[in-house]
Amino acid sequence: METVINVKDLVKKFGQFVANDHLNFEVYKGEIFGFLGANGAGKTTAMRILCGLSSPTSGEINVGGFDIYTETDLIKKNIGYMSQRFSLYEDLTVYENIRFYGGIYGISRTDIRERTDELLEKLNMTDSRNKLVRDLPLGWRQKIAFSVAVFHKPQIVFLDEPTGGVDPITRRQFWEMIYESARSGVTCFVTTHYMDEAEYCDRVSIMVDGRISALDTPEGLKKQFSAVSMDEVFVKLARKATAL
Amino acid sequence: MNDTDFSIRIRALHKSYGSLQALKGLDVDIRQSELFGFIGPDGAGKTSLFRIIATLLLPDSGEVTVNGLNVVKDFRQIRNILGYMPGRFSLYPDLSVEQNLTFYAHIFGTDIKTHYHLIKDIYEHLEPFKKRLAGQLSGGMKQKLALCCSLIHKPEILILDEPTTGVDAVSRKEFWEMLGKLKKEGISIIVSTPYMDEAALCDRVALMQSGTLMRIDKPEAIVKSFPKKLLAVRSADMYLLMQDLREFDASLSINLFGSKVHIAVDPGRSVQEEIQNYLQKKGHTDIIVEEASAGIEDCFIELMNKTGAHGNRN
Repeated sequence: METVINVKDLVKKFGQFVANDHLNFEVYKGEIFGFLGANGAGKTTAMRILCGLSSPTSGEINVGGFDIYTETDLIKKNIGYMSQRFSLYEDLTVYENIRFYGGIYGISRTDIRERTDELLEKLNMTDSRNKLVRDLPLGWRQKIAFSVAVFHKPQIVFLDEPTGGVDPITRRQFWEMIYESARSGVTCFVTTHYMDEAEYCDRVSIMVDGRISALDTPEGLKKQFSAVSMDEVFVKLARKATAL
Repeated sequence: MNDTDFSIRIRALHKSYGSLQALKGLDVDIRQSELFGFIGPDGAGKTSLFRIIATLLLPDSGEVTVNGLNVVKDFRQIRNILGYMPGRFSLYPDLSVEQNLTFYAHIFGTDIKTHYHLIKDIYEHLEPFKKRLAGQLSGGMKQKLALCCSLIHKPEILILDEPTTGVDAVSRKEFWEMLGKLKKEGISIIVSTPYMDEAALCDRVALMQSGTLMRIDKPEAIVKSFPKKLLAVRSADMYLLMQDLREFDASLSINLFGSKVHIAVDPGRSVQEEIQNYLQKKGHTDIIVEEASAGIEDCFIELMNKTGAHGNRN
């Protein structure tokens, strides 16, 4: 299996506080990798480092074939990012958002136009091309936001709680988009607080207090912790941490 | 039931912002000492509704009473008997934990000691950090402090707007355990959440979508009345499985549920074997087809489809 993210002994300290304590893991091409953990476990810190937005204190990290210390510009070009908190500009139209993001990633105007037509057709939103994003239902926005995040055909897309607060139908449609992207070879790195969504991942890592305390397929984790669901696995791991 | 049996009564409540109808005529009665949940995604109207109940927003039309008091005319009295925890952290970040709590107690003309028993269990977690500025607390700590502040005057009714949003699964469980204890103190608790699995922890829930209440009932009753037969299916390739099940004749709806796909069929039909054979023919391996019971989320999706509440064209 081809590795697209390689993390060796990642340490990140803020003063005395160790946010990431020797993380070691690999993410494979085209896989849906669930990155789980309790609030404050260090997920966001690690994710910011993988996106080239923050430097680790020490460790060897490679994302999409590029080095995290010397090639952050190349990393940024080769990844996509979407979060629930911020994704699209609400006071721009759908097309203006796509043009803006496409432009940032250096896609030509002609390509942007062509790919936008394809994209809107696929989403069944051709009529909404010139509507302000703020006037669209939240579920649509999330789908457009995801499409924008993979518009420049990145190797890896980072999805930070992409489905928070989304209705149950849209949430599922969103996951089908993730499946589809993964099938086309885009690696999807996802965080979520919905434990049923952890089951949709190929592999899941669970962070507790700055460390990765478990990493396996959902089936493997359930077996390892004699649990019937990922929710149970998560509770067993995270409760242990707070009890200490 | 008498008027006094209800903590909150809502009649034909409407609220619009320009052309956006946030609340489209809500009717619901919430009983005394009830733990009542409004379950729905972002944009359902939960926050508008809660702000109206908390006398922070005026309704366009309709009537809302809190323990018999009118939210428009009697707002001063209501504020004394109500505890409100907004969805966004709204304490003073540049005051310490202890200062925030003292401030809220003083506003309501009380002190920390008088009703300390109400917050004792929660505040114990915070006490080691009582000198820390509220703005420097972790998410879970902020939430606990906000809950303490909304309880310090011993409200008769507690209103919590999405207290568990963005909170991890373990902290969410702990938060609900705290609500269970408060309910035993006789406080009526109204809570909103986008997490469907939390419905089961409420006495009654209203399933809310696009400014309407699609269903109000006990969670057990909602689940029991799911009108279709539900089967849980899995195979080695979940993505293809979804695609193929959609093409299956008898399928009324297909939804991902954790490691399985839920397929709904007519209640009279026995299709387990049929599905098994169909999937085998399609080349699936490791096929499992079993009967499943509906959860709140199945019911929510069913209601959304029935009422056309879903804005998506798909």
